[in-house]
Amino acid sequence: MRKFYTLLSREVRSYFHSPVAYVVLIFFLLISGVDFYFQVSFMNQRQVQYTVQEAFFNSIFFWFAFVLIFPLITMRLFAEEFKLGTIEPLMTAPVRDWQVVLAKFFGALVFYLVLWIPTLLYFAIFLKLTNQPAAHSAGAYFGSYLMLLLLGMFYLSIGCLTSVLTRNQIIAAIVSFCAITLLFFLGLVQFILLDVSSATRELLGYFSAIDHMVTFSRGVIDTRPIIFYLSMTIVMLTLTYQAFQSRKWRL
Amino acid sequence: MIKVENLTKRYAGHPAIQNLSFEVGQGEIMGFLGPNGAGKTTTMRILASFMPPTSGRATIAGFDVFEQSLQARSHLGYMPENVPLYNDMRVTEYLDYRAALKGVSHRRLAERVGDAKELCGLKEVEKQLIGTLSKGYRQRVGLADALLHEPDLLILDEPTIGLDPNQIRQVRELIKNLGKQHTILLSTHILPEVEMTCSRVIIIHKGRIEACDTPENLLGKIRQAGGVVVEAKVGSDNGVDELKKISGVRDVIVDADGDWKIFSLRVESGVDVREEIFRVATDRHWIVRELTQRRATLEDVFVELTHPDVV
Repeated sequence: MRKFYTLLSREVRSYFHSPVAYVVLIFFLLISGVDFYFQVSFMNQRQVQYTVQEAFFNSIFFWFAFVLIFPLITMRLFAEEFKLGTIEPLMTAPVRDWQVVLAKFFGALVFYLVLWIPTLLYFAIFLKLTNQPAAHSAGAYFGSYLMLLLLGMFYLSIGCLTSVLTRNQIIAAIVSFCAITLLFFLGLVQFILLDVSSATRELLGYFSAIDHMVTFSRGVIDTRPIIFYLSMTIVMLTLTYQAFQSRKWRL
Repeated sequence: MIKVENLTKRYAGHPAIQNLSFEVGQGEIMGFLGPNGAGKTTTMRILASFMPPTSGRATIAGFDVFEQSLQARSHLGYMPENVPLYNDMRVTEYLDYRAALKGVSHRRLAERVGDAKELCGLKEVEKQLIGTLSKGYRQRVGLADALLHEPDLLILDEPTIGLDPNQIRQVRELIKNLGKQHTILLSTHILPEVEMTCSRVIIIHKGRIEACDTPENLLGKIRQAGGVVVEAKVGSDNGVDELKKISGVRDVIVDADGDWKIFSLRVESGVDVREEIFRVATDRHWIVRELTQRRATLEDVFVELTHPDVV
């Protein structure tokens, strides 16, 4: 385990040594800040049926920024090591392959969580200034952040997979962006494609990240998405591990 | 320490190394020589468990590099070609990280890192970012990295590549000192270095071992076992014929420099013909202005065995 922690701390530190991390942080916080402002000012103008917290987590700004950050966070994970050749000293040290793969994944996850922590401030500020809670209940906060965690794990694991398959960071970024966007929009198919049978649309509706977020941010913790995201993350990480090991057998 | 049996590695059907077999005993400094593309780096990577062989076996300290990869890796310190390092870390940070990765215990970590830095002369640059270091220092960081967990065996892939002569000398001294306590396998193009530091040499060409012996034995074996150069005014004599008559002389090539003729003689190994040449010269009243013995060098052996025309 000690080796795993060594690898993990190095991964997290290396994020903060790179300018990409800071660019992503600033870009993301800028967009979420603007989003929060727009939601609140929209509510100032008319009556709505949802809370500030729900508005924040379901707006189009949110989803736009959300889908974009994953390729940026994960593209360098493996691809850079392959490109620079630092994979050689890494794999000739007495460490196991799974330790490396999991350390990279969790390193990305830690960075992702750091990205989101400042948003808690928005709700705290709102509470302070208006003396009204931003959500119905503590459960709503919990639900939305839980969904963030689950979605984060799933999309980061997809990013890990694309990063391990290539030496080129741009390719990794583009492929993961396409995969994540497609998966994400799978949920919208039920509204867009009307000639698809209703059974298919219902099925696709189960995969909808948007629907999941809507439910969770109301405080309704549905175990089905939890199992879906956890199991899919495990699948993606297993594939990443296999792809990582397979480079030994490739020419 | 290292035992290699019938090691073969194919890349897309093309064999990089074929049926290599050799052994490196404890305490030896083994030099691995060969032209570019001969298979040196491939062999070292297989030994370091970076890639598996297509067939054959290799063991490090008795541990198979493929089946018991983790134990094999713990017994060896490997320095890859072109020393890839993380440019965003500082020297001390990097060495601390590598030591922890190699299983150096908490208590001993600071001591081991300090020792490695001391040995490789990294104290002055310990707080610098690796990305800002010169090549010489990067090489030293790579070497320090290999030493951190006190391995019995060091495998160094071209440790002096790209260094200036001063740095090469320093690294050579370092390797010589390390050789007293570690077994070392190093690959290089710098032949004088091999003659000076290595106890045995393997010459590899197109994936096969051409020779595996001590430098002295290798020098003794090659056809062109050295030579003598004579520069003389021979008048109307046919210098070549006269010199060829001397026993021990295999061949004579002549070059002219005005009145002076430069004869390059190929001599059988172990025979000193200079005395005979002097006698012939005085008998025939030649005026000799140079009479030198040219020692065979490892470069001759290398070129002889790995010349592109030779298969």
